[in-house]
Amino acid sequence: MRLIGSTLLAAAGLAAFLGFWEALPRLGLINPAFLPPPSTIPAAFLKELSLGVWPEAVASSLSHYVVGLSAGAGMGIGLGLLSGMFRPFEAATAWIVRLLRPIPGLAWVPFAIIWFGVQPSAAVFIIAIGVFWIVFFATQGAVRGVDRDLVEVAQAFGFRSPWARLTKILLPAATPGILVGVRTALGQAWMAVVAAEIFGVPGVGARMMQASSLLSTDIVVVYMLTMAALYGLFDSAFVALQGWLLRWRA
Amino acid sequence: MAEIVDTAPVIDIEGLSLAYERGGTRNVILSNLDLAVPRGEFLVIVGESGVGKSTLLRVLIGLAEPSGGSVRLSTRPGCRTPMGLVFQDSRLLGWRKVVDNVAFGLEGSGLSKAERRAKAAEMLAFVGLADLGGRWPHQLSGGQRQRVSLARALAVDPDVLLMDEPFSALDTFTREGLQDELQRVQAETGKTVIFVTHDIDEAVTLADRVIVLAGKPGRIAAELKIDAPRPRRRRDPALTEAARYLRSELSRRSAEL
Ligand SMILES: Nc1ncnc2c1ncn2[C@@H]1O[C@H](COP(=O)(O)OP(=O)(O)OP(=O)(O)O)[C@@H](O)[C@H]1O
Ligand SMILES: [Mg+2]
Repeated sequence: MRLIGSTLLAAAGLAAFLGFWEALPRLGLINPAFLPPPSTIPAAFLKELSLGVWPEAVASSLSHYVVGLSAGAGMGIGLGLLSGMFRPFEAATAWIVRLLRPIPGLAWVPFAIIWFGVQPSAAVFIIAIGVFWIVFFATQGAVRGVDRDLVEVAQAFGFRSPWARLTKILLPAATPGILVGVRTALGQAWMAVVAAEIFGVPGVGARMMQASSLLSTDIVVVYMLTMAALYGLFDSAFVALQGWLLRWRA
Repeated sequence: MAEIVDTAPVIDIEGLSLAYERGGTRNVILSNLDLAVPRGEFLVIVGESGVGKSTLLRVLIGLAEPSGGSVRLSTRPGCRTPMGLVFQDSRLLGWRKVVDNVAFGLEGSGLSKAERRAKAAEMLAFVGLADLGGRWPHQLSGGQRQRVSLARALAVDPDVLLMDEPFSALDTFTREGLQDELQRVQAETGKTVIFVTHDIDEAVTLADRVIVLAGKPGRIAAELKIDAPRPRRRRDPALTEAARYLRSELSRRSAEL
């Protein structure tokens, strides 16, 4: 009953929001070219679909997203584990980290274009950098936070190599913290996708820029909602995966 | 043909000392400690908090380095894990099912996963938890967790079972149940047990021999053999007498300091 009530309320809220949005351009309060009413969006979507532009843009963005996220998160987890496990590694990299960490992902765009050209690899590079630090720090912190007592259990049973420590204790014990970082990265990576593609690498972001230069704001909105939907999809899938991986927790 | 009987103590500690260095000051915990533990003995160590009981166990299992003296182990040749340790806080690995916690120490022993699981299931049945192998550790009670911890230590078939206040966090009823269980386990396996406790009644119920660690640095201040018949009855006058003696020794030692 409570659930139904809150679902109704949420639906009502959304309807009110859409109504308000519809009213603004319809009542002439805002130029419809600047803010398309939501009722025009489905038609714009169908047109993009029939032209085959939408599937193509989404497929190429998704491939940037998946490859960039995997590369950035993979590197972040790998180096985060090293840095969390080995003090000398952390000490040796401390100042490098301090130097590079504050540089925003977008500041790498010039180099991305110089090194890779306006190519998918440039987008992948920017996305990877965008998520790397989040995952790196989450992993390092999670490994550092693993209870020493659990590491002793492994030692007491004769597992003393760093590899055994990693696979038997540190990695499983740090998984909850690492996953929190990866989930944040999931959202961060979408931002990086748009940013990377705005510079011309084909994909959702590039298509949005094209549309906006033609003042086809309805198409811009189509892709904004597309991204919201894709992000929602990935996040839900990830939450399900996380729940399964962490099913051992109370 | 005469059987060769191994009469050497399974653990022979001579002149053991251990100190922690901190900020230039040397904090001597154990000094010049001698202790021989015959095979099959149930040895209980009592002593005030901070005297170094856990530290001694940590040295034996290789979690702490002694700063002097020697520890000789006459364990079976080729035994990969001569010592099994049960911690005070069960320290189960939360991400492993109960059965895989018990199988933990068997990994790297050359057994297949199925064999390890079978052995673990057998150990679980041995400690009376045959049905709980499929649970997660957080779904167990404190007493069940300690049984699992005991099964995990026994699964590697160690020569010596080290137990650091394993029952101290449990209620009296559960504790006494586990004490009986442990006596049965020891009788059936013949394992050497070194058991640390704060609880004098527990000490006399379980021990073949009790040693009192006292002083700073810690040394063996008193020693008592208990040969009351097993299984022990808690109201046995011999045990009550032993407990009285240990209590007076403990209070005398702490008054001397
Ligand atoms: N890693 C360490 N560094 C420095 N000092 C330590 C360390 N571990 C233990 N100590 C000190 O060594 C002493 C002995 O500790 P230990 O844990 O062996 O005591 P215990 O007899 O087991 O006490 P309890 O009955 O409270 O468990 C304590 O004074 C403790 O503060
Ligand atoms: Mg202790």
